[in-house]
Amino acid sequence: MSETTAEGGHGAVPTGPEIPSGAEPTRANTRRDWPLYEVFVRGKRGLNHVHVGSLHAPDDEMAVHAARDVFTRRNEGVSIWVVQAKDITASSPDEKDPMFAPAGDKVYRHPTFYEIPENVPHM
Amino acid sequence: MSAPTVARPTEDELQAHFDATIAADRRVEPRDWMPEAYRKGLVRQIAQHAHSEIIGMQPEGDWLLAAPSLRRKAVLLAKVQDEAGHGMYLYSAAETLGADRADVTDKLIEGRQKYSSIFNYPTLTYADCGVIGWLVDGAAICNQVPLCRSSYGPYARAMIRVCKEESFHQRQGYELLMTMMRGTPEQRAMVQDAVDRWWWPSLMMFGPPDDDSPNSAQSMAWGVKRHSNDELRQRYVDMSVPQAEALGVTLPDPELALDPETGRYRFGQIDWTEFKQVISGNGPCNAERITRRRAARDDNAWVTEAATAYADKHSA
Amino acid sequence: MVHEETVYDALDHAHGGEGQWAFGTGFDDPLAGVDTTVPEGVDPADLGAYCLMLGDDALVLCQRLTEWATRAPELEEEVAIANCGLDLLGQARLLLARAGTCGVLGRSREHATGSIPDEDALAYFRDADEFRNHHLAEADGGDFAQTMVRLLVASTHRLALFAHLRTTRDPVLSAIAAKGVPELTYHRDHAARWVLRLGDGTPESHRRAQAAVDAVWPLVADLSTATDVERRLVEQGVAVDPAAVRDEVRDVLTMVVERATLTVPEWPADRPSPGRAGEHTDELAPLLATLQGLAREHPAATW
Repeated sequence: MSETTAEGGHGAVPTGPEIPSGAEPTRANTRRDWPLYEVFVRGKRGLNHVHVGSLHAPDDEMAVHAARDVFTRRNEGVSIWVVQAKDITASSPDEKDPMFAPAGDKVYRHPTFYEIPENVPHM
Repeated sequence: MSAPTVARPTEDELQAHFDATIAADRRVEPRDWMPEAYRKGLVRQIAQHAHSEIIGMQPEGDWLLAAPSLRRKAVLLAKVQDEAGHGMYLYSAAETLGADRADVTDKLIEGRQKYSSIFNYPTLTYADCGVIGWLVDGAAICNQVPLCRSSYGPYARAMIRVCKEESFHQRQGYELLMTMMRGTPEQRAMVQDAVDRWWWPSLMMFGPPDDDSPNSAQSMAWGVKRHSNDELRQRYVDMSVPQAEALGVTLPDPELALDPETGRYRFGQIDWTEFKQVISGNGPCNAERITRRRAARDDNAWVTEAATAYADKHSA
Repeated sequence: MVHEETVYDALDHAHGGEGQWAFGTGFDDPLAGVDTTVPEGVDPADLGAYCLMLGDDALVLCQRLTEWATRAPELEEEVAIANCGLDLLGQARLLLARAGTCGVLGRSREHATGSIPDEDALAYFRDADEFRNHHLAEADGGDFAQTMVRLLVASTHRLALFAHLRTTRDPVLSAIAAKGVPELTYHRDHAARWVLRLGDGTPESHRRAQAAVDAVWPLVADLSTATDVERRLVEQGVAVDPAAVRDEVRDVLTMVVERATLTVPEWPADRPSPGRAGEHTDELAPLLATLQGLAREHPAATW
């Protein structure tokens, strides 16, 4: 029964034939997709905006619009920020840890969004 | 910008740091170093999970236009919409690992990535919508609740959100079945028939027995998987039997019996032959499911392109 | 293990609050707790008939939108279309239930048993000739451009009506309209965004959007002539004369279509709506067959 595995929420999924993993970013060779946006929501007055997830949208206006649909179900009184993932500058993951020198790259939580050759270590 | 005195850590140091994070039951976050096998395994798992949510819209979606009351139509539409949202959360989590939604969708459509086999069974009557909520979503909850503690942060966070919403799915399914059981004899027969068809496939959702599950050990060690297949399956059976009794249906397993010593239910041997057929692409609905997903992508590609073209023209 | 039990507990108490998606299970009797007394001097038969018109528009258009489920372009749009469908379905349920409280049930009770609520008797056990929706709602969905152009026209018109209906003398209808206004504003904005992007997108999307506008435009001829029922209710301060919102609707639609770089077709001459009189195109019957088939197969069942 090695043809299935139980990983993932809905359980048994076939494992074979060996699947080329989706890990290699291949954006350059695929058709152009809508850009990725990160979504931040202020759930209530008095709270900070909190990162809640991401979505794809063709432009800023549609991104805000879709964010309301997906993450707030159009509740009144909440505030939403969207920003393209590529425009976020991130610190190193753990700034207190000297093991991780600041990488200074411009991405928040999608580190391998850009194409990085497989032979580059530590990415 | 980088601190001049800091040396690049060695591979061994990085591995040790990762191992320590896992050992301490802390979360791995996107920009952390992680072993390549961990990353690839997660991408596969999360993408499969996302695909399952999206393909899983179809069996119930087939009843959206025909739901027998406006209240049921609203519940079902909200539920199918939830599943689209769950797919989005999960694709986002996969994207934190470098996957791309359009790319993994292509892989699904080309058959290079899979989805849960349970969704290759057809929904023959409206009772199937209830049984999917009760049994299939119930099994999914058993699988998913432990994943809220997955070692990979974005996946764990997505699962917390999904689990909260999933409880509504199971409740609405069970409530539909209770209502039908109080209805006409035909309705009661419909419910029993649906239970007969979905019970064994729902047990198979937990995957192969532990002694035949080669991937599980590494997943458990990495904290990506938290309980063994058989353990979760047993927990599910123990939960479901009293629910079936309360509903007034019979689970189609003559060997099902409470073991007075352990307080757990013994159940019959799962017949994996049919299941193998389904997962190897010979299930009743495999082709139909993928065909529809492909059509959604291809028939509407012009819409996606139009929005991109508009954005290009109007970004200044 | 302790963690998981905690998660289960949390799920048990996960009603309301953060559940952005789950509607909960509070879908029962949509008019529960609302005083449904018909105001002095208003004919219940007219009020009920009016609610059926508005309710059928919503129900039939919801069914058309729902045809997109699992077939929409991009997951974001899947979610948006479902939102619009759920809003319209909610409006339909309230309006059909209101018609029921006015005693307007047509021939539906000849088939529907007593255990079936009014909203379902009306939705599932009337034939096409008893449906009062405009042809605009029942027309085949077509491609995504046609779906969005129709949604733009329907939501612009309905929003204009509902904005006025907030001050109707019927408190139930007034509450339904107040709830509907933000929903319809959202539908109109969503559709308008798409019409702009399709019209001013690629050559192919432009061509499709123009074809959609050309196909939908003739249907606006039905929207602006009041029926006898509406005329009587206008005098009683209950209904809105659709002719009174025609210019506003035309201005909004013209502006959007022009901004989308599309050619605005000539505005058709008004005519009495055949749909409001129960005369429908061939497209309605199959829609109703799908909607009603299962419920009619089991007329004594409860769901």
